[in-house]
Amino acid sequence: MYVAVKGGERAIENAHAWLAEERRGDPSVDALSIEQIREQLSLAVNRVMAEGSLYDADLAALAIKQARGDLIEAIFLIRAYRTTLPRFGGSAPVDTGRMTCARRVSATFKDVPGGQILGPTFDYTHRLLDFKLAADGDVPDADTRSAEPTHVPHVTAFLNREGLIEDAPADDTPPPDLTREPLELPASRALRLQALARADEGFTLGMAYSTQRGYARNHAFVGELRIGSVPVEMDIPELGFAVEIGEIEVTECETVNQFKGSKTEPPQFTRGYGLVFGQTERKAISMALVDRALRWEELGEDNQGAPAQDAEFVLYHGDNIQATGFLEHIKLPHYVDFQSELELVRKLRREAGAPPVQEAAE
Amino acid sequence: MGLLAKAPAARVTALLTEHPAFDWLRPPEVGSTMVRGRAGGTGAPFNLGEITVTRCALRLSCGAVGHAYVQGRDKAHAQAAALVDALMQTEAAPRIRDTVLDPLDREAQAKRRTRAAKAAATKVEFFTMVRGED
Repeated sequence: MYVAVKGGERAIENAHAWLAEERRGDPSVDALSIEQIREQLSLAVNRVMAEGSLYDADLAALAIKQARGDLIEAIFLIRAYRTTLPRFGGSAPVDTGRMTCARRVSATFKDVPGGQILGPTFDYTHRLLDFKLAADGDVPDADTRSAEPTHVPHVTAFLNREGLIEDAPADDTPPPDLTREPLELPASRALRLQALARADEGFTLGMAYSTQRGYARNHAFVGELRIGSVPVEMDIPELGFAVEIGEIEVTECETVNQFKGSKTEPPQFTRGYGLVFGQTERKAISMALVDRALRWEELGEDNQGAPAQDAEFVLYHGDNIQATGFLEHIKLPHYVDFQSELELVRKLRREAGAPPVQEAAE
Repeated sequence: MGLLAKAPAARVTALLTEHPAFDWLRPPEVGSTMVRGRAGGTGAPFNLGEITVTRCALRLSCGAVGHAYVQGRDKAHAQAAALVDALMQTEAAPRIRDTVLDPLDREAQAKRRTRAAKAAATKVEFFTMVRGED
């Protein structure tokens, strides 16, 4: 039986008012400003921009504040806002070879042209709590060394010269867009990369880690990891030519993987690719490993039945907004559904426990 | 236009001190652009995610038309960028270059150099340890 119910408005209003109060916390403590979040919690801001799939640091900072620091809730807010924006067009593909790098390391070549640039990294820190940060915010200026901004070549380009690594020839096929068309399988690599670029960091990390532990093992080296700014260029119809409309910081990871060769390809190294908004290197490395694992079919490798090789599994479960939407909806009122389940269980119990006579007769 | 788009909104609006009369051809509008990357850095394009963009177009009373597409959601930034674009087509161009574009360019270069200098200071200098087999 379906019974429409109403009510709860007052409870909901009061719950939201209390939420606002809890969000503010102790009023004797200064309120956080959007600028403070943007500047001092920048990696949280980067994650919200990457997985919210919208590069706007002020909006991401606002979302983090509104979500009380719950990053998936913040990503949800950004995704919802994103849908309200008219789309002016698509950019020319960003040229990561023109990146001005703040960080650039290669785990495969020590003496890589352009050098190993550590940048502002947590690597080599001791992971000991720094109580000075609890005391004050003053920091000395970072050292500098005179240098002109230059572009450094991609590491894979060096291997390419010897033909030791698969090529990634330029191609201008317009990419499919999962924000416009539902994600359908089989998914092209372009579609997989879009889904992975906005996938949940934790999920992507877990998938990538599984490939390292032996599920679809493909032994990745980080050929290159770079973080820096790239200009964004778009064709402006009114002008009839392309102009730079902005600049974004991205993290790019290229993995170099062993490959025995196949019937059509000689033995050579293959590649996995990760590109993510902001300074997000854990996610970018994870993306590259998962991208490589998902390429098993085109490279003629065996399907080992590993989760990271299963495009449906990875692409349909990696989006934290889809996942949380479906997961969390089960806490919302399901009284009528549950009522019918209750009726069914009662009926089954009556039937099962009903005539002991029948059992004896058998 | 690239310089104006990438500059901080507050700098563009602060440097532009001329405010000639104009008519909107398209009042400032906030939207998005889908940013693309290439698989492997050089291969087939894919959609990476969007950026917020504000665009507008205006016409000065002398007839010069200015367009702006600037990153972010700052309508005053877009308006100032479009005004600069229009003024650059008038006889005010040399003055606008001196007072707006050149300072923005110098500031952008200084910022890039500072970042490059900080990055250079984190460049690893390897030295080989004496090997044990000698």
